[in-house]
Amino acid sequence: MSKNMFKFFGSLALFAFVLSGTAVKAGTKEDVAKKGSVSCGVSQGVPGFSNADASGKWSGIDVDMCRAVAAAVLGDANKVKYQPLSAKDRFEVLKSGQIDMLSRNTTWTLSRDAGLGLEFVGTNFYDGQGFIVRKAAKVNTAKKLNNVKVCVETGTTTELNLRDYFKANKLKYEAVSFTKADEAVAAYDAGRCDVYTTDKSGLAAQRTKMKNPGEHTVLPETISKEPLGPVVRGNDQNWKDIAAWSLYVMIEAEELGVSSKNIDSMKSTDNPNIKRLLGLEGDTGKSLGLSNTWAYNIIKQVGNYGEVYERNVGAKTPLGLARNGSPNQLWSKGGILYAPPVR
Amino acid sequence: MKIKNLINWSKQNLFSSVFNSLISLFCIYLIIISLPPFIDWAFLSATFEGKLKTDCKTSGACWVFVKVWFEKFMYGFYPVENIWRINLSFLILILSIAASFFVKDKFKIYILFFLIFIFPIIAFILIHGSFGMQIVESREWGGLALTFILAIFGIIFSFPLGVLLALGRRSELPVIKYFSICFIEFWRGIPLITVLFAAAVMFPLLLPADTYVDKTLRIAIGIAIFESAYIAEVVRGGLQSLSKGQYDAAKSLGMGYWKMNIFIILPQAIKTVIPGIANTFIALLKDTPLIVLVGMAEILGMINLAKANPYWLGMAVEGYVFAAAIFWVVSYFLSSYSQKLENKYSTEKK
Repeated sequence: MSKNMFKFFGSLALFAFVLSGTAVKAGTKEDVAKKGSVSCGVSQGVPGFSNADASGKWSGIDVDMCRAVAAAVLGDANKVKYQPLSAKDRFEVLKSGQIDMLSRNTTWTLSRDAGLGLEFVGTNFYDGQGFIVRKAAKVNTAKKLNNVKVCVETGTTTELNLRDYFKANKLKYEAVSFTKADEAVAAYDAGRCDVYTTDKSGLAAQRTKMKNPGEHTVLPETISKEPLGPVVRGNDQNWKDIAAWSLYVMIEAEELGVSSKNIDSMKSTDNPNIKRLLGLEGDTGKSLGLSNTWAYNIIKQVGNYGEVYERNVGAKTPLGLARNGSPNQLWSKGGILYAPPVR
Repeated sequence: MKIKNLINWSKQNLFSSVFNSLISLFCIYLIIISLPPFIDWAFLSATFEGKLKTDCKTSGACWVFVKVWFEKFMYGFYPVENIWRINLSFLILILSIAASFFVKDKFKIYILFFLIFIFPIIAFILIHGSFGMQIVESREWGGLALTFILAIFGIIFSFPLGVLLALGRRSELPVIKYFSICFIEFWRGIPLITVLFAAAVMFPLLLPADTYVDKTLRIAIGIAIFESAYIAEVVRGGLQSLSKGQYDAAKSLGMGYWKMNIFIILPQAIKTVIPGIANTFIALLKDTPLIVLVGMAEILGMINLAKANPYWLGMAVEGYVFAAAIFWVVSYFLSSYSQKLENKYSTEKK
């Protein structure tokens, strides 16, 4: 059946308006340089990760990842073309070469990494499933959630993780299932459940929709692993390295205390690590095929990881995700963010 | 006097029997319990003034959301300074449709010709950009404008194609007949979402590496072909309703196949199936939000995007009510337009 359709589409293409444009060749970097922009696959709206404002400007942690790569390759973080993608078509669109990279809160799993011909380049946000409860319930750990009603979205891994967690801890619960997150939250808010569960970044977003967000609290436990990160095609090692190290230098910069604000005053430093990062010593750009100021451009225009985090999902944003105590803190401060040395 | 009329009218229409009275009472009950809270939410305790979510009172609707995002809902990411180009395209379309009501019959064929062959080119040049106008890639098209672009493209191209397929299916030449049957049955047999996925995602995998057919165009062609199969069947219904005498009469006047169809058969057949055609087009319009699944942001996609902005979380209901209102208005316009056409071309004596 579908073969017929492809033949039909193929012949149709002869009549169709054929525009010359992006081509899938080995060198994504060369392609990007030629086009003058990075096409970046983002979400159709995930708060704090990739979302647009009323003037059409994109922002979010995932968007800043795209901007970092554009800054590294083209020297200008604004040279990004955003392509909103649904969860269903994201991998195919990347594979067919319509975008250069995918930065769309995508969980890194074995089957996706090994089975799709794609390459996960790192983790820019460690997410995981959590619980939100009413403060009035006076529960401060998920271990004490016994005989509770839990609002959850049906047909997701969230539901399975929930079952596993309660079973492993010998706790009883009753699941109240919904097909849409909005419905589940509304039901929890209306008092039909004691607990609502979804990924922690989502909990923060959902909490702001409740009538009195201050009356609810997110429990500290994280019951699943959802490492979210950018993805590229598997046939381009150089491009993968560029994306990976764009993420690493943001983490490294934070560790070294370099931010978009102080980077220019850091130029006079004696610290060889910082000098290398800023491209004043050694040639870190050469092996990536980039100019030596590539990392400087990222930090100057996009910021270090801490700045990106605080700007998009941090305590001062409506999402208010506290960073301390979460995995998304530097390894030296109790988190698991760790960048290999830039040298 | 008027009150008396009202009482008489309701006695005749609402309470004419026990069963009718029960239904009427039930409906009145439904209106009483649902309408006041809605009016209160949507108008009385709603917030209209402001620029931020925090300007909104919590109890009523926050129309500030729609106000702030209105431009994005209408035009997507289309560059603000070029929006006049979209407006101009739609103005041309509306004017030419309006003109068709006022000009003499013999000029109507020119308007039809203009709409089918010239207007798409003008609209494409205006919206996409050319001749020194800034190019706006279709990636940036969105909002209600994209809904309309896809729906109008679908209507303009699926209609002639559908008519040809309907004639083809009744043709006496086996090649044409069986091609038409296969084509129609194939496209009716697959769901629209499959067509969209194939056009958006799978088609590029089959192209040579250095060719690139625009994604919006792929989707638009997919929708047009899909709808043409439905139009074909609707028109075929009209063709079957004609008596054989019409064909014989036309032939006895010495008319050939095309002359017979264009001047005798199709005008009568299409006239009878105007409601069916309008049905298909309204369904087409309401199917367009499916393109959200292939990453395009028509009006519903833009609303979803807007309500995911961290500073506008929790605005789902306002957004969806707004979308519902827009779709209702457009669908209502389409159906009343089709009713007008029906009355106009009706040859029944009233």
